[in-house]
Amino acid sequence: MDLALTREEEAFRAEARAWLDAHVPAVAPPSLETAQGFAAHRAWEAELAAGGWSVVDWPARYGGRDCGLIRWLLFEEEYYAAGAPGRVNQNGISLLAPTLLEHGTEEQRTRVLPPMARGETVWAQAWSEPEAGSDLAALRSRAVRADGGWRLSGQKTWSSRAAFADRAFGLFRSDPDAAKPHQGLTYVMFDLRAPGVTVRPIGRLDGKPAFAELFLDEVFVPDEDVIGAPGQGWRIAMSTAANERGLTLRSPGRFLASAERLHALWRERGGPPEEGARVADALIGARAYQLFTYGAACRFLAGERLGPESSLNKLFWSEYDIALHETALDLLGEEGERADTDWAERYVFSLAGPIYAGTNEIQRDIVAERLLGLPKGRR
Amino acid sequence: MRFLLDAEQRAFAASLDALLTAADTPKAVRAWGRGEHGPGRALWLRLADAGVFALAVPEAYDGLGLRPVDLAVAFVELGRHAVPGPVVETVTAAALIREPGPAKRLLPALAAGGSVATVAYQGAYALDGDLADVRLSLAPDGLRLAPGHDAVRASLDPARRLTRLRPGGELLGAGPPAPEALLLARLTTAAQALGVGLALLDRTVAYVRQRTQFGVPVGSFQAVRHRLADARTALEFARPLVLGAAVTMAPADVAAAKVSACEAAYATARTALQLHGAIGYTEEYDLSLWLTRARALRTAWGTPQECRAQVLAARA
Ligand SMILES: Cc1cc2nc3c(=O)[nH]c(=O)nc-3n(C[C@H](O)[C@H](O)[C@H](O)COP(=O)(O)OP(=O)(O)OC[C@H]3O[C@@H](n4cnc5c(N)ncnc54)[C@H](O)[C@@H]3O)c2cc1C
Repeated sequence: MDLALTREEEAFRAEARAWLDAHVPAVAPPSLETAQGFAAHRAWEAELAAGGWSVVDWPARYGGRDCGLIRWLLFEEEYYAAGAPGRVNQNGISLLAPTLLEHGTEEQRTRVLPPMARGETVWAQAWSEPEAGSDLAALRSRAVRADGGWRLSGQKTWSSRAAFADRAFGLFRSDPDAAKPHQGLTYVMFDLRAPGVTVRPIGRLDGKPAFAELFLDEVFVPDEDVIGAPGQGWRIAMSTAANERGLTLRSPGRFLASAERLHALWRERGGPPEEGARVADALIGARAYQLFTYGAACRFLAGERLGPESSLNKLFWSEYDIALHETALDLLGEEGERADTDWAERYVFSLAGPIYAGTNEIQRDIVAERLLGLPKGRR
Repeated sequence: MRFLLDAEQRAFAASLDALLTAADTPKAVRAWGRGEHGPGRALWLRLADAGVFALAVPEAYDGLGLRPVDLAVAFVELGRHAVPGPVVETVTAAALIREPGPAKRLLPALAAGGSVATVAYQGAYALDGDLADVRLSLAPDGLRLAPGHDAVRASLDPARRLTRLRPGGELLGAGPPAPEALLLARLTTAAQALGVGLALLDRTVAYVRQRTQFGVPVGSFQAVRHRLADARTALEFARPLVLGAAVTMAPADVAAAKVSACEAAYATARTALQLHGAIGYTEEYDLSLWLTRARALRTAWGTPQECRAQVLAARA
């Protein structure tokens, strides 16, 4: 067992750091949850891509460096330590791309992935519906067979950044007569500006407008935008949902950087001893998450499939993130009430962690049943 | 980077687990608390045979050389089986005794399990001073072989027997103690606590699967399931800290491991007690052996407060 990096890994880390040092904007762009910020973040994605840093773990032919999981983790550590902007195409990169790499056609991959890597196409995830949240399989939006494709109708909601995004991917009921709700769902990609799509922004807790609901009225989707076989949507979506909760949605880099920032804030405030324990716990938690992730990455590289453990990840980072940001606001005292600070923006975002990507109650059920072997409860 | 236990380390853990499962450890723990050390000493010899104590003894004195990762692996198993006695103190003693004379005289027996050691700062409680063959006191002028001990005081954990060592005695090494030896005490305590937490979780999961109320297993109630899921999460995130600290042996990493393993174990103890209901609150039910251990280990070899302060100090 060791934590040593190879010379090549160290060199990769140094190369990433040097590039980021030279390119990370000195003044942070506005929030990516606003129209202006969205455009600035798109430009940043293009710059990242030009340097070859936007999707380092992807195959080179789609814009990546084929660099593997460990280097990706190192890159992310450097990325957040450098204070680089948030990733506007997170959903595309961490959810759709792995899905296409596993289940898509080569035609889909070559068409969809390179513009995603360059930030030219920003993707939204259209899974949730007003009546289908935790019980996602209850979704009702339909896909009806049409000439050369499908017509989508219904309503999707809570779609992150859909107010400004270009395209979306989501599940639609293509066989209303299927025996079980999980069956008869089809996974498709569609254009958010196609005829029949209405996007209505929904202000978040802090009023920022990028969140949205989508109304779909007979929106045409060609066959080449169906991912996998029609009717197989659930299986395909679930096989990559673990990505969202597990490794790829939240690498340790972000929390390591946040914990360092919190520690700096605490020192700046004269290191009030009564807050010391919470600051120490933030540092400890970031290290725990880092080492846990290294372990998971090494298991994955050794050929193990990561399964329900990703629910442990999700429970950990979401609770951790809130505790860290609560500590920061408490340290700031009266200033902690201000809405226009980075801390405030991050605090508000952290509050959603236990809700999105499968609520923490649902994750606890998965841990209880699939890792602890407890009897099924009422759902 | 290969942050995974290798096959040999996993086999070592499995063999200790099998050895301890077969040994009726709960009986030995209970006897130990009554001052009857026979079954515990027998267990001790078997652990020594398996190589546990040799992992802290240099090869020159019949040991395997200091191997913190393997020690951490072993101590998780010792914790899982509630092994009684100054196990942490014995490996710490082995790492503290450096002078060739005392090392030659004392270490081979520690490695072989024929002798048991305890260690404490002068004036603090030493675990099991009444039974230890080697009593080490961390005195201001160096490491001393204490001439004796005071009365045994009861611990919250009945199997931990608290004794204060008498001052004075032979000087075994001058100057401050080897820092890595004290880190080893903290690390093995953390590993042991992690094992205690894992045992509490396993036993509680087994219990709530078979205990029925309202016509269903209580483990099907979400309030119950969710507490156990939280316990599992806390323990699984303490584990890499313990192993990572064993790899780096950096003071802040070891302190972080100690806080998180002990806090996770203690929180699991609270959950375990709650989910067992009244039977968990009884002395006769074996769960109690781990419940009280979790509390005691929290303050042994570094309180949460001291450990957190160390984490902060490391980046001043
Ligand atoms: C910031 C943010 C971003 C999001 N982004 C996206 C996105 O991009 N795309 C998208 O498709 N969706 C997105 N979502 C939606 C998210 O996936 C859902 O909110 C989530 O799945 C929960 O569904 P719900 O909100 O309908 O809550 P409900 O399912 O109605 O749940 C309400 C409460 O009941 C609890 N509950 C429900 N069922 C159970 C059960 N069986 N046992 C115990 N408790 C239960 C829940 O845990 C929750 O506490 C986002 C949400 C947020 C907050």
